[in-house]
Amino acid sequence: MVSPTTPIIEVLGLTKEYGSRPAVRDISFTVEPGEIVGLLGPNGAGKSTTLRILAGYLAATQGIARVAGFDVLEQSIEVRRRVGYMPETVPLPDEMRVREYLKFRARLKGLSRAASRERTDTVISRFGLQEVAGRMIAHLSKGFRQRVGLADALVHEPALLILDEPTIGLDPHQIVAVREIIKTLAREHTVLISSHILPEIEVTCSRLLIFHHGRIVAADTRENLQRRLAAQSRITVELAAPEGDLKALWENLAEVSHYHVSTAQQGFRRSVLAVREGEAFRERVAALARDRGWPLRELSESRPTLEDIFVELTHPDSEVDERN
Amino acid sequence: MQAFLTLVRRELAGHFLSMRGYVIMAGVQLLLGASLCITLEALNQKPFDMPLTEKMPNTGFFWLILLLVAPVITMRTFAHERASGTLETLLTTPVSDWAVVLAKFTGAWVFFLLTWLPALATPFILTRYASGMGDVDPGPLASLAIGITLLGGFLMAVGCFASSLTRSQIIAAMTSFAISTGMFLIGFIAVIRPPWMGDQSALFSHLSMLEHMGDFASGVVDTRHVVFYTSLTGLFLYFTHKVVSFRRWR
Repeated sequence: MVSPTTPIIEVLGLTKEYGSRPAVRDISFTVEPGEIVGLLGPNGAGKSTTLRILAGYLAATQGIARVAGFDVLEQSIEVRRRVGYMPETVPLPDEMRVREYLKFRARLKGLSRAASRERTDTVISRFGLQEVAGRMIAHLSKGFRQRVGLADALVHEPALLILDEPTIGLDPHQIVAVREIIKTLAREHTVLISSHILPEIEVTCSRLLIFHHGRIVAADTRENLQRRLAAQSRITVELAAPEGDLKALWENLAEVSHYHVSTAQQGFRRSVLAVREGEAFRERVAALARDRGWPLRELSESRPTLEDIFVELTHPDSEVDERN
Repeated sequence: MQAFLTLVRRELAGHFLSMRGYVIMAGVQLLLGASLCITLEALNQKPFDMPLTEKMPNTGFFWLILLLVAPVITMRTFAHERASGTLETLLTTPVSDWAVVLAKFTGAWVFFLLTWLPALATPFILTRYASGMGDVDPGPLASLAIGITLLGGFLMAVGCFASSLTRSQIIAAMTSFAISTGMFLIGFIAVIRPPWMGDQSALFSHLSMLEHMGDFASGVVDTRHVVFYTSLTGLFLYFTHKVVSFRRWR
């Protein structure tokens, strides 16, 4: 069933409503084998709901979701065989010991007795759990719990790993460690990660889906998103010139898509310009000011980061309805 | 099947990994012992012509075991997993909802029967220490065991259902106690015969757990009772499955 051309995840017009409140509205995307895709969005944007549907825990209200060609609702068991899922809270039974728990999970996921023993040993050494393997889960630190959660998600060698906020609540050292682990996983598995923190996704994922109010407002590779951003830059100019003349000048420049002029101190006026990709735009502005004899005291350019785009797309007031 | 057995083992282990299992077992032994003492005391006061097995279900302690201990055994099954979030990781493994429900039920049921196991020693204690006791008739003993097993199955199913409804173990225990005690008390309508109800109150004698158990205790395995408890067990397991799979309704 799984040929190299079958996308590992296919989501078509997926909608999930809790009562009458929509959590996910008509989203569609596909993920190819081997990708690391990040779901990014503020809390409550619908990321966890989407992941839960893909993991076979929840049913969508409408739409289709397929994992490795299997329908998540109709062939849920087949889907779950191929998915390793770690929920946001990393729920673990406190009264079990680490090795015992991982072996139990491996058996639940259908591994034979011998295979479950072998895979348990493999994930224990892979995630550096040797020193806590005999300890009760209740006595583990948050960092170790997270690693046990990852080990569980991986114990049956799933084709797809679904990790909901894998680094939430960890200290900076642990975050770095978990990120490293995720990066190494990417070589053998397709990984779907959600986060509400951009840097998290930025460093690990090759492609981003930005969620907002249950919709995907942007979906692209990290490079493309950055290129899209690079095409826009923001120029701040302070000139001592009459307001009317300034406005007329910005109107006439083709590169300027928006501008905003405000009064600064000592007779200067501050203009903030949104500029489309233009070669040597600042040099042109400087030359124009010199020609007109307008004193110039600031001319700076700032490029928006992914963070800016994220904030802009997911601003509480923005009702962007762009879908890719 | 592998997943089912793995889950049943885990359920059983869960009882013995904490104090809870041992506390429950000790509690049951205490009540059983009290029940036996009362019966023997009554026999000492005024000899009666009834097998001991038949007398046992008439003591309050016997019913206390069933109605009180059953909710304590089952309250944890789903409520605890829901509260700790492990239900989500459990239900995203390639195991069907039915396997999960049946495994939790089976685990609880087996543990329930284990708590009764020491009661098997009673006949030997009696024949050994009570002079002129004669033999204990194995027939009624076996049928009483069947009755306890069947009624236990029903109470476990009620408990699993109650536990699946909530994330609080206390609420789960209270709900299943209310349902099973309600079922127990309904039988008394036939005894009280409220005047406004007329002859219809006799209907309730068919629902009386006390009468059912009385039959089992006197050595009668009535197919009606077997069907009654088996189908009620099935019904409550069906409800439990419905609740557990509710998240996947669309």
